[in-house]
Amino acid sequence: MTAILKNIFNISNKKLLKDYGLVLAFMGICLVLSILSPSFIKPANLLNILRQTSINGILAVGMTFVIITGGIDLSVGSITAVAAVVASSFAHPGEHSIVFVIFSGLGVGLLLGFINGLFIAKAKLAPFIATLGMMTIARGMALVYTSGRPVINLSDQYNYIGGGYIGGIPVPVYIYGLVVIISFFVLRFTVFGRRVYAVGGNELSAKYSGIKTSNIKTLVYMISGMLSGLAGIVLSSRVMSGNPSAGTSYELDAIAAVVIGGTSMTGGVGTIFGTVIGALMIGVINNGLDLLNVSSYFQQIVKGSIIIFAVLMDKQANSKD
Amino acid sequence: MENNSETILEMDNICKSFPGVKALNNVSIKFKKRTVHTLMGENGAGKSTLMKVLSGIYQMDSGTMRLRGEDVIFQTPASALNHGIAMVHQELSPIVDLSVAENMFVGREPVLFKLPVINRKEMNKKANALFEEIGIKIDPKRRMGDLSVAEMQMVEIAKAISYDAEILILDEPTSAISDAEVSVLFKIIRNYTQKNKAVIYISHKMEEIFQISDEITVLRDGEFIGTNPASDVSEKELIKMMVGRNLNEIFPKTETKIGDVSLRVENLSLSGKFSNISFEARRGEILGIAGLMGAGRSELVESIFGVHPPESGSLYINGKEVKIRSPEDAIDLGMALITEDRKLTGLNLKDSVKNNVSIVFLKKLARAFSVVDKGREVSSVEELIKKLSIKTPSRNTNVSSLSGGNQQKVVIAKWLLSDPNILILDEPTRGIDVGAKAEVHKLMNQFTEEGKTVIMISSEMPEIMGMSDRLLVLSEGKLTGHFQRSEFDQEKILACAMNHIEKESN
Ligand SMILES: Nc1ncnc2c1ncn2[C@@H]1O[C@H](COP(=O)(O)OP(=O)(O)OP(=O)(O)O)[C@@H](O)[C@H]1O
Ligand SMILES: [Mg+2]
Repeated sequence: MTAILKNIFNISNKKLLKDYGLVLAFMGICLVLSILSPSFIKPANLLNILRQTSINGILAVGMTFVIITGGIDLSVGSITAVAAVVASSFAHPGEHSIVFVIFSGLGVGLLLGFINGLFIAKAKLAPFIATLGMMTIARGMALVYTSGRPVINLSDQYNYIGGGYIGGIPVPVYIYGLVVIISFFVLRFTVFGRRVYAVGGNELSAKYSGIKTSNIKTLVYMISGMLSGLAGIVLSSRVMSGNPSAGTSYELDAIAAVVIGGTSMTGGVGTIFGTVIGALMIGVINNGLDLLNVSSYFQQIVKGSIIIFAVLMDKQANSKD
Repeated sequence: MENNSETILEMDNICKSFPGVKALNNVSIKFKKRTVHTLMGENGAGKSTLMKVLSGIYQMDSGTMRLRGEDVIFQTPASALNHGIAMVHQELSPIVDLSVAENMFVGREPVLFKLPVINRKEMNKKANALFEEIGIKIDPKRRMGDLSVAEMQMVEIAKAISYDAEILILDEPTSAISDAEVSVLFKIIRNYTQKNKAVIYISHKMEEIFQISDEITVLRDGEFIGTNPASDVSEKELIKMMVGRNLNEIFPKTETKIGDVSLRVENLSLSGKFSNISFEARRGEILGIAGLMGAGRSELVESIFGVHPPESGSLYINGKEVKIRSPEDAIDLGMALITEDRKLTGLNLKDSVKNNVSIVFLKKLARAFSVVDKGREVSSVEELIKKLSIKTPSRNTNVSSLSGGNQQKVVIAKWLLSDPNILILDEPTRGIDVGAKAEVHKLMNQFTEEGKTVIMISSEMPEIMGMSDRLLVLSEGKLTGHFQRSEFDQEKILACAMNHIEKESN
């Protein structure tokens, strides 16, 4: 009898942990932070967290597509920089229409992502290698394009993208929200989305099922590249300059958000929702540790530990018995 | 006490549940030395689960196990192994990048001078000696991943035997091997029991079971139904115990009107695999392809299906020449290929039953913005789950937690849903129970009645002879025989299948 009870309890416990563990952990962290530092839950601070999260969040959403196919994209930070300097260079007051400026940033991201995709899907390079190469190349391109100097003197219109508010909420938050909604929809409800999971789950069986796996793989790197371009636009317009060294090591936070969100590095499993929570978690931790005056050196140790802990928990919850 | 009926293991009132499934409910069985004890039951009856409890992979929820009169509980496979229990699993898990010998001795490699350095020579020698002793012809130095499924299976069996365990468990060892290898295996099993040991055997193949078993236990829905000496039960009785009702004809071939040629293959070649293959398949016809393992049958159909397009030759569908460069092309032309290895090429084990079944059909379920029509998807998947009686807690269950046979049914469902005109099945009834097998055969018949074409590869002689209208025989990548149904003769077909081998040895 007790065995049965224990069994039922165990099962539901485990299921609870699996389905809501991440959200519970997130709420737990928020609770602790608001007790330790009352200013944490002030609306202004929360909005601030959201805005700070939006850039990493946009990158993490693109990274989610890539990681679900079993790949990785290390070049997102560098592509962010390329898009930042390219878009900024067209964004001087009165030169080009804002639409053109935005498309230039998105386009260059898309193009670099496409090149990643070609090397990975067609030339069969390991994603780690191909995007590691792109990471260095793109950073170099950003530096060459600007001769190493930030691009400044940007139009007000452009600066509004990263710095403006609509109804008291920062514009980047709207952009991020839109990216999340569209990506969630694409991954969850479209044929393409389902194929992304199929390719990541078992590439060979996907191929036998009539899926052009190399097209799917190319597309996910294009998505990641384009979203990196978007992140570059938002970032440069927020700081009002296109800096060629922008976005350095952003790929790490993006990967961390995806992994904390429960997406499996071996592919086939993952959700946009998880990634959103993962990105928020990182944002909240950064913000909270700042509020608590923890030194930035020490912050890194805390952040790293939390990533490992989160993944460990997830593994526990998903383990078979 | 009589030596040949000495009980070695008693399993008593074993229970085991998974979320949503009671896999074993008070199962009690006694196993004896010098005995081949076969477990039978429908897909999902709990056979593999029971054996996984015995070999320390799963922990039972309640019950007792007595090994040589002593209560035992195995927390890990290693501890079961230490107590003399070795198991060959239904789903193979070879380390593909290691050599055959390395796979066999993983974790217990012979070393050089007591240093942590593997003595490769010694290891290969040992493997070779064992292979020779039991009659397997595989080079221990070959890379595991280069072996055929059948060869891998034989290596796994050899590995289990090398532990010299008191109890050897074989979970569907013959689902991937051909008749020739089956007879080697049976010799191995016989020798094994002669050494005062026990073998527990799981299979769905009736002829085999009566050949090898001393005792047969039937499970149904996780319940123990009965144990009988093999000599005391008939096939009919066993089926009744398994499915709970009478099941009549096993290969219910229906007469259909054979129509025009739907698929014509001319001089197809792919170097190293097959050469100069020409044949045609007609509407309303089941065309069988027989041959030994490694004869190139799978390679041939995979090539036709666009997985590895042929180097030369031509394909015609309904009289029109077609170029098939990828499976996508083949699917668009109304073809379906149910592949041989469900784990490797058939399923996405990380996804649900529903998503696996619908993946091919998805394209046709797309509405605006390529959004999947969820309602239609769910209803068509549910229909197939019912039609093939796939045993799963729900359509959203992960396929990896289904029993082997039910996973196979998911693969079949996926291709049926794509509604093909030319259905190619490569060992389609591998590992599925008698009821489901009859169901698959019925489906094949329905297919041909609708004027569609079926091409079937099977290594099971009774199946392929029972179901086919015409039969091609392949040997070493060449067509060596062609039989009309009226000319079917097992001896002659086998002779063609071994054609090449005989010529070489003469
Ligand atoms: N790891 C698991 N998680 C959840 N359910 C499981 C798991 N393993 C088995 N089951 C369920 O337990 C039941 C018994 O499965 P089992 O694999 O023992 O069947 P089987 O008799 O070996 O069938 P088959 O002939 O198809 O191999 C099935 O309903 C299966 O879905
Ligand atoms: Mg089984």
